[in-house]
Formats: sequence, C-alpha cells, structure tokens
Amino acid sequence: MTQTDRTRAHMSQAGTPASELPLLRVTELAKSYGGLPACRDVSFDLWPGEILAVVGESGSGKTTLLKCISALLSCDTGQIEYLMRDGVMRDIHALSEAERRFLMRTDWGFVHQNPREGLRMRVSAGANIAERMIAVGARNYGKIRGAAENWMDRVELDSARLDHQPNTFSGGMQQRLQIARNLVTHPRLVFMDEPTGGLDVSVQARLLDLLRSLVTKLQLSAVLVTHDLAVARLLSHRIMVMQGGEVVETGLTDQVLDDPQHPYSQMLVSSILPV
Amino acid sequence: MTQSAQKNPAQSEAVEHGHADKIGPDPNYNFAYLDEQTKRMIRRAILKAVAIPGYQVPFASREMPMPYGWGTGGVQVTASILGPDDVLKVIDQGADDTTNAVSIRQFFVRTAAVETTEHTEEASIIQTRHRIPEKPLSEDQILVYQVPIPEPLRFLEPRESETRKMHALGEYGLMHVKLYEDIATHGHIATTYAYPVKVNSHYIMDPSPTPKFDNPKMHRMPALQLFGAGREKRIYAIPPHTAVYSLDFEDHPFEIQQWEQSCELCGAENTFLDEVVTDDRGGRMFVCSDSDHCNRKREAAE
Ligand SMILES: Nc1ncnc2c1ncn2[C@@H]1O[C@H](COP(=O)(O)OP(=O)(O)O)[C@@H](O)[C@H]1O
Ligand SMILES: [Mg+2]
Ligand SMILES: [Zn+2]
Repeated sequence: MTQTDRTRAHMSQAGTPASELPLLRVTELAKSYGGLPACRDVSFDLWPGEILAVVGESGSGKTTLLKCISALLSCDTGQIEYLMRDGVMRDIHALSEAERRFLMRTDWGFVHQNPREGLRMRVSAGANIAERMIAVGARNYGKIRGAAENWMDRVELDSARLDHQPNTFSGGMQQRLQIARNLVTHPRLVFMDEPTGGLDVSVQARLLDLLRSLVTKLQLSAVLVTHDLAVARLLSHRIMVMQGGEVVETGLTDQVLDDPQHPYSQMLVSSILPV
Repeated sequence: MTQSAQKNPAQSEAVEHGHADKIGPDPNYNFAYLDEQTKRMIRRAILKAVAIPGYQVPFASREMPMPYGWGTGGVQVTASILGPDDVLKVIDQGADDTTNAVSIRQFFVRTAAVETTEHTEEASIIQTRHRIPEKPLSEDQILVYQVPIPEPLRFLEPRESETRKMHALGEYGLMHVKLYEDIATHGHIATTYAYPVKVNSHYIMDPSPTPKFDNPKMHRMPALQLFGAGREKRIYAIPPHTAVYSLDFEDHPFEIQQWEQSCELCGAENTFLDEVVTDDRGGRMFVCSDSDHCNRKREAAE
C-alpha cells in the first residue's frame, strides 16, 4: 500500500460511523518460525459483541495467530487494525510501544492457557486483580480492595481468599483469577487461549458457564482459541477452522458444526461430536 | 609491582583523621586509587545520571580492594569526584566510627591524602550507607550513597529487559502493587527501608537502603545526591533541588517513622533513633543514629 492509499483509506474510515466498522480487522497475516510457516494468509473481521472461535487440531497455528493479533508476537506480514475508543481504526503495529502496551492492559485482556503465564504468582489474588486498576491510575487502597473483592465474587471465588497466593489455588481457581484480573478494567476485547484446557471435565463445565454469563453481561468481544468444538459451540457466534496454519472454513457456529463444508472441518466435527 | 603496592590500602594503618596532607598520598597509587581513564568513564556516567534524574546509568564497575558489601559503588563514585582540597566524611548507619566507615575513610586518606571530618557541615563530600545526616546539607556538598540493589522493580519483575521497558515507558503500576500487598499483609505500608520514590516526576528510584525517615530530606535537597551500586554496575543521581516524591495511596499516605521517646543521650525529639543494648542484662536505650548530630548537641548543652 502506498502512502497515499493508506491516507485515503484512513480518511474514508474517518467518515464511516463506528457502528459500521469492525472492532478488529486482520488482513493477510502471516507468521513463520525460522522459515517454517505457522500461519498464512489469515484475514477476518471481528464485530463488536462477537465471539469468534478459532478451532483446529494441535499445531494448526491457533496460538500463534492469537499472539500475533494481540500484539504479543510480531507478525511477518499483514495488518491488524483495531477500532480505538475514539472510533478510529489504527494499525496496532503502527502504534508506539507505549500506546500498544496501554491498550493491552486497558482495552484488551488476554487469558492464557496456562494461568501461571497470566498471573503474578508472588503476590496475593487481590494484588493480581489490583494491578490493572492501579495501571489505569487507581490510588485509593480501600476502593481498589473493594473492587478486587467484588471481582472475586463475580468469578465465584471465595473473597475470604483475597489475600491468599495464587499457588494455593487449584487450576480452575487460578483460571477464574486470571479472568477477574483481566476483566476488572472492563476491556472491550478479550483473547482467550484454551481457557478450559487442562482442567477436569466438571471444572471445565462450571468455568464455561461462568465465561458465558460474563461475556453476555459485559457485552465482550472475544477471540477464543480452542481445540474443543463443544467449547466453541457453547461460547461462540462464529467459527474459523484452521488447518496447517491456514483458514479452511469460516461461518456461523451452528452452521459450521451442523453442516461443515470443508473435508477437514467434516473430519473434526465427526471425530468430536458423538454420532 | 612494589612490595607496598601489594598491601591492601583499605587495611593499612593510615592516619585516621586530619593531617594527611602533610604526609601526602601513598605514591604507589594513583590519586584516589582509580586510574584517570576509569575516573573519566565514571564521571561521564555521573554526568549522564545528573542529566536524567533517577535513571540508572550502567557503568564498568572496577574491582576495588574491598568486598562488594563494603560499598564499592559508592567508593568508585567518591574516588571519581574527589579532589585534593575536598574534605571527606564517611558514615555507616549514621556513625563515623564503624569498621566500614573507618576503613573507607582510611582508604581515601591513604590513596588521596584528603582531609577528613566527622562534622557534617565541614565536609564537601559525604559518603554514606543507610542514613542522610540530620543536619540539612548545602549546595556546596555532595552526598554519595552506597547502594546494594538499585532496581526497585526487581521484586515483582525479575526480567531485566522488562524492567528497562517499564522505566522507559513510565509503567510503574507494579510499585503500587507492592504497596498494596504491604497494606493487605500488615494493615499499613510496612516498607520502612528502601522506600520507593519518584524523582522529578518520572523515574522511580530505590533510595536503598536508607530508612524512609530520610526520604523527605531527599526532596529538593540543595546538595547533589549520587548513588553507586558496585556489584550491579549502576550509577544514578538526584540533582540539587529536585522533587522527590514517596509513593503512597490516597487513604494510606506516606509517613515517616516516629518514636515515643526522645534520644536518651542528647534529648533530640526529631531524629532517627537506634535501639542499642547497654549491658548484658538486657538494658536498652534509644539514641540518635547520627552520632555527629548527637555528640554536637550534647557538647552544646555542656
Ligand atoms: N516459538 C516457536 N518456535 C518455533 N516453532 C513454533 C513456536 N511456536 C509454535 N511453533 C510451531 O508453529 C506451529 C503452530 O503452533 P501453535 O501456534 O502453537 O499451534 P496451536 O496453538 O494450534 O497448537 C507448530 O508447528 C509449532 O510447532
Ligand atoms: Mg495452542
Ligand atoms: Zn542524640
């Protein structure tokens, strides 16, 4: 894209009402590790309030895609544009590092598959929830603590454990804490990487219920990575199926799961869902 | 190398106070021990530190003839700014007569033949560990701190690449997370030493390991404050009259330590007190940690 093209693109966007713009627009994204492509030619729009599930077997490039679009990884080529709160689409790689990091801890959330990656294990649960409030300028201890307690409740953690260290929590509780820590600043967009992976089936079910009610109540938009089609069915509006780093099918969740078009999607669906 | 150059200058029996200039520095050492090139390198780091208040400037720390815990960072800073006409005071925990303070003073008497003093107002350079003198310092003075751990973010973020980024972007939320944790655990901000400060409204700095009692003295101090960390190879500075703000919460404001009693030797009511054991039957008393301040107050009363 030439400079003039880009300027023109921005001008036309500036004239578009925000409601007609996607929240996130990914265009021809590619990322390889040491010459080996991990994802290629990925393009999609995420609309405000939408939950998009990225499904595919292990190694299909889901985590790589999620980390690229959430700016945790730099991509090789492609564009990732985000609708800022002022209604303007900005290329996240063109933001200054300070702007990008601010966005990441205010407007965005990231729920890691491994809660230890997303938590500070050396401070209490309360301090984990407090961090983002403090990052956006909260300086009243009583209010911060009150909000942290409230969020413990909202993710169904016993608020009597506010001062306990996360390493005394079970895996499911750590995942709830990670969710609370992300949602406390009311992000608009949450990235989730296998949020129920590695948990017992009964724990998974409770966490899924919680996630479903939270995304609805908070009107969150989310990109949810999972290899579990049942999770996608329960949480997402749309599904994107990945195979070998490429998107092979995209569609409304029920349509893709009930009537998959691509042979790989058909195989995935038939191998997961009981006949 | 000659026989005498192999001796450790910090352990030699140099003149303790006063008239070293009549004897002259030990000719086996360059002035103040460090070679001129090293001193220039350290001075460049100091200038940079002064230009960016509170920013930790890396420098090529040299081996000094004393262990790291003895303040080799402060010693290198002092050695680099010291001139033959300077008058040096060295304190450790506020006292001029601890082993550490005595041996650093001897080191400079031996290698630079500078005049030394215990009187705060007579010193042009004061090297310190743990305290800022009670007597306010002036524009003609430089305070050199010995620092063991310069990085205030280390506690919560062990990755150096990440802490550097946080400093550059002014992302200091983690410091308040630490204070939050303090209050959650103890009911109040329990950090009493190395209490984090924001310098000149930008860099967060660790005044380690001085007590928070001394933090307000750093704020707009007329004297130049230099900090040297030998093992961690960092120098940082607070230029004269710079704003230094101690971090806190609205509902848990910063407070200095306070004592019920006054100094049992001089009667001072507004100094930092140490509890000292007076006999082997459990006798204790509270006395000024700044021994010069305490002695002078008692002398004046006599
Ligand atoms: N840091 C990395 N270095 C090299 N190869 C990687 C790295 N991360 C992932 N890969 C490779 O990229 C491909 C996609 O991996 P990943 O994005 O983790 O897939 P998924 O999340 O779908 O399991 C895999 O072949 C994986 O081995
Ligand atoms: Mg993965
Ligand atoms: Zn006293």
